[in-house]
Amino acid sequence: MRGAARALWRWLVAIVLLRSGALRRRGRPLPGEVDPSERHAGAARGADLAVVVLLLATALLAACFAALFVLEPDTQLLGLALGLALGALAAALIVAGRRLVPQETKVEERPALARPDQLAPAAEQLRAGAEGITRRRLLGAAAGAAGAGIAAAAAIPVAALGPGITDQLSRTPWRAGRRLVDEGGTPVAALEVRTGSFLTAFPEGAQQDDLGAAVVVVRVDPAMLRLPAPRAGWAPEGILAYSKICTHAACAISLYRSPLNPSTESRGPALVCPCHFSTFDVLEAGRVEFGPAGRPLPQLPLAIDAAGVLRAAGSLSDAVGPAWWGDRR
Amino acid sequence: MSRRRDPLADPLRFVDERLGAARGLRFVLDYVFPDHWSFMLGEVALYSFIVLVLTGTFLALFFSPDLGQITYHGRYGPLQGLAVSQAYDSTLRMSFAVSGGLLARQTHHWAALVFVAAITLHLFRIVFTGAFRKPRDINYFVGVTLLALAILEGFAGYSLPDDLLSGIGLAIAWAVAMSLPLIGGPLATALWGGRFPGTTVFESRLFIAHVFVLPALLAALIAVHLTIIALQRHSQFPGPGRREQNVVGTPLWPGYALRSLGLFAAVCCVLVLMGGLVQINPVWLWGPYHPYVSTNGAQPDWYLGWLIGGLRLMPNLEIHAFGHTLVPNPFFGGALFPTLVFALLYALPWLDRRFISRDYRAHHLLERPRDNPRRSALGAAVLAAVVIVFAAGSADRLFFQFGFGYEGAVWFFRGAFLLVPVVVFVITKRVCTALARAHEHPLRGWSGALVARNQRGGFERVEP
Repeated sequence: MRGAARALWRWLVAIVLLRSGALRRRGRPLPGEVDPSERHAGAARGADLAVVVLLLATALLAACFAALFVLEPDTQLLGLALGLALGALAAALIVAGRRLVPQETKVEERPALARPDQLAPAAEQLRAGAEGITRRRLLGAAAGAAGAGIAAAAAIPVAALGPGITDQLSRTPWRAGRRLVDEGGTPVAALEVRTGSFLTAFPEGAQQDDLGAAVVVVRVDPAMLRLPAPRAGWAPEGILAYSKICTHAACAISLYRSPLNPSTESRGPALVCPCHFSTFDVLEAGRVEFGPAGRPLPQLPLAIDAAGVLRAAGSLSDAVGPAWWGDRR
Repeated sequence: MSRRRDPLADPLRFVDERLGAARGLRFVLDYVFPDHWSFMLGEVALYSFIVLVLTGTFLALFFSPDLGQITYHGRYGPLQGLAVSQAYDSTLRMSFAVSGGLLARQTHHWAALVFVAAITLHLFRIVFTGAFRKPRDINYFVGVTLLALAILEGFAGYSLPDDLLSGIGLAIAWAVAMSLPLIGGPLATALWGGRFPGTTVFESRLFIAHVFVLPALLAALIAVHLTIIALQRHSQFPGPGRREQNVVGTPLWPGYALRSLGLFAAVCCVLVLMGGLVQINPVWLWGPYHPYVSTNGAQPDWYLGWLIGGLRLMPNLEIHAFGHTLVPNPFFGGALFPTLVFALLYALPWLDRRFISRDYRAHHLLERPRDNPRRSALGAAVLAAVVIVFAAGSADRLFFQFGFGYEGAVWFFRGAFLLVPVVVFVITKRVCTALARAHEHPLRGWSGALVARNQRGGFERVEP
C-alpha cells in the first residue's frame, strides 16, 4: 500500500516538473543546432607558478608602498609601488582565470519574466482592495489633497535657501565721485593709464569680490572714439572704463586686443572674455563685435579730479553680468 | 573510511539556515556572462566608481568646505601670504602635507575622468548594438540617468577646491542657471545664497551634493541597474548555438569572477599609476579664485567640453520683449543643447521601435552596427554633431597650439555642425550596407578564394 502511494507521488512530481518545464532541456541545443557548451579542467603548464610569482610580487610591492608611506611619502614612488602591486594582482587574477581554473562555456535558458496569465488576477487583486467602499471618488480626491499638502509641506523648506530675487542682481557699488583704486587699494591716476595697457580697478572701499565692483580701464586716442552722444563726456583724455564681468556668462574679461598701428589695422581695440571669446568694441561703448554675448558691456562714466586721480562720474550704464528671465534692460 | 568533513559545509549551512542563501549562491555562481570585449566597458565604469568612493572618502577627511578667507602659510612657496579660502587652503594641505594625499587626489580626479568616459563608451555600445530595445529599455533609462548624474557629480567635485578654474566654471554654471526660462533668476539666487559668487553657504551645499546626495543617487541607481541586468540576464551577440531564449558564455564561478576581479585590479592599477605619475589639476598653479580674475586657454574636464563648445558656438542671440529679457544667450548652448541631447537619448527606444527599426518585439540578441544601417547612421550623425561641438570647445587651444584664428575656427565649427552630420549619415549608411552585403568582418579577415589564371586562359583556385 505504502509502495503504491510512493509510486503515485513520484509520478505526480514528475508530471508537475514536466509541466513546469524544470526538466526540459536546460541549455541543451535545439535539434540541428551547434552546442557551444564545453568544459576543460586542468591547468595550463606553468600557470600555477606564474600566479604564485605574481601574487608574491603583489605582496612585495604592497609592502614597498607601506614602507614608502611611512619613510618617504613621495607621490610618484607611492603611485608606482601601489600601481604596480595592483598591476601584478591584476595579472595574477587574469592568468588564474584564463589558465588555472576550469574553462567553461555554459548555456543557460533565459527565464521568461512576463507572466501574461497573472496579469488579470493581479489587476483583480488590486481592485479587490477597494471592495465595499462606496465613496471612491471622494476618497480619491481627499487622498490627492492630502498627498499635495504633504508634498507642499515637504517642499516649502526649499524657500529657506533664499534670499528671493531682489534688486541685488543689478546692484553695483559705483556712485558718482567714488575713486578708482587698484587691487592693492591705491588710487588710479590718469597718467598711469597708458595707451595699449590694461588695468583692473575697483571702487574705493568696496568688496572686490562683488560682481558689480571690478572694471577694466584702458586708454585710446580720443579722436577715434565713437561713443553715442549722451556718453560724450564719459571718457576724459580717451580713458574708458567697462565692467570686467562678461555679460554672457560672468567670467572676468582679461584679454585686451590693442592694435599696434591703429591707422592701418581694420579692427580697433577690443576687450575679450577668455571663456567663450565674446569680443567687445572699446571705441563703440562696449558693442558686441563677436562671440555669444547678447548685450554690450556696461560702461562706467569717468572723470579726472584735481589731483589727477580717476573718479566715477556716475554709476555703471547697465546691470552687470549675465541676464535672466524678466530683467529690465 | 576517513570522515574528513567538508570545510565549506559548516559556514554554508550557517548562512543557509538563517537566510536561505544556498539557492542565491547557486544562482550567482551559475550566472553566465557572454564573452565580448565591449561588455567590459560598464564594468570599468563600476570599478572606477568604487575607486572614486574609496579615494573620495580619504580626501573628505582633510577637506574643509568653507569659503572663509585666511592668509596662506602652507608649504607651497609662491602663494605665501596670499588671501585664500579655507577650501583652497585645505586642498593644498591635502596635496602637500598629507602622506599619500596628492596620490589620492590625483587618482580621484583621473578616476572621475575614466568613470564618465567608460559610461559614455558603454552608452555607444548599447546604442549601436540595439541593446536598449525591449526588454532593456527601462534599464537603458537608468543608465542614461547615471550618465547625467555622473557629469553633474564630476562638475561638483571639480568646483569644490575654489581654485581659479573651478571658480570660472561656477561663474558659467551660475550664468546658465540664471538663463533658465521663468525660474532662472530666483533659482540661481536661492542656490548660491545671493548673486554670484554667492555667500559662503554655497560651498557647503556643493560639498553635501558632491559627497552625499549625488553619490547616494549614483550608488542606488547602479544597484538598480545591476539588479535589472541579473533579472533579465545579459544580452549577447548572435553566434553558434546562441538564441534569443538562451545565453551562452562563461559562468561567474570560477573563470569570470577571477577575470572580472582581474579587471578591477587592472582599473585600480591604471588609475593609481596615473594618479602617481601624471599630474592633473595642479590647483596651486591656477591660484585662488576671485570673480575679477580669469585666465586664457582654460579647459574644463573633458566631459564638459561639449557644453563649453555649445556656449561658444551659439551666435549672440538673446530674446527680448517689451524691454525685458526673456531668454538670455547661455540658455541655448548651456541648457537647451544638453537637454536636447539627453531628450534624444531618453527617446531613443521609442524612436527606434516607432521610426527607425519599426520593431516592437523583445530582443536579447544584439545587432552589429551594420545589421541596422539606419540606426547606425542616425546614431553616428548625432554623435558627429556632438563631437563637432565638443571640438569647438577647444577652438582656443587650436589657436594656441597651431595658430588657427579663433573667429575663423568658430565659423568653421558652426558650418561643420550643420554639414558634417549629414556627410557622416550618408557614409555610415553606405558602409554599413556594404559590410552587411559582403558578409565579411573588417577585422577578422577575408573569406573569399584565391584564383590564378592558368595557361589555357581559365581560372583555377589556388590554396593560399
